[in-house]
Amino acid sequence: MSIKVLIPTPLRPYAGKQSTIEVSGQTVGEALSDLVAKHPDLRKHLFSEDGKLRSFVNVYLNDEDIRYLTKDATPVKETDTITIVPSVAGGR
Amino acid sequence: MALTIPDTLYHQLRRHGEATYPHECCGVLVGEFDETGGKAVETIIPCGNTRTDSPANRYHIDPVELVRIQREAMLDGDDIVGFYHSHPNHPAQWSTTDLAEAHWISCSYVITSIEDGRAVLTNSFQLLGPEEAKRFEDEHIEVIEQ
Repeated sequence: MSIKVLIPTPLRPYAGKQSTIEVSGQTVGEALSDLVAKHPDLRKHLFSEDGKLRSFVNVYLNDEDIRYLTKDATPVKETDTITIVPSVAGGR
Repeated sequence: MALTIPDTLYHQLRRHGEATYPHECCGVLVGEFDETGGKAVETIIPCGNTRTDSPANRYHIDPVELVRIQREAMLDGDDIVGFYHSHPNHPAQWSTTDLAEAHWISCSYVITSIEDGRAVLTNSFQLLGPEEAKRFEDEHIEVIEQ
């Protein structure tokens, strides 16, 4: 099954300069594993050394944060879109 | 390299900072990157500041807003090219918090100082990477008359 992953601008240099990548998998975890298998340079930008998503990386399945679903085990279907967005924050 | 922005949008983002004073405002710059790394802003999208615990000196954009903005921008053939926020009663200069919380390498971070409810200076800083050695670099803002 092929699903779409939207890549944010700062990560495109590590994803063959592509903005959208088709990956396969039955769950979000499998889809992300396929993504980093296709583009190994992405791994360290998405995951910490213990394999967890980096704290500032948000992964959404359609409009839902996977942290509030069943994380990596969240099932995906063909029409779904996974979006990766680094967080945006700061202040004086 | 420069950040090019139409004057109407430039004034709109400054007014946003005045409207939310004494709290920080925030929003997204959508447009295009050119081959040299410069950016042309075509739309700005004002966002809510989710840092309701400390809105006078912190901002945070709900990631679901970013997801929707990124998706719609890409449908139009555009990209997120940067972000803006305000510094109420504080210079238009990035802070250590701004740098620590910035993760969109190559994008612009525009900051407007607001004094007594009036926008004063607006500066832009490009975030350069990698993440482990990231830094802000001053970036010229070219305001285009429309």
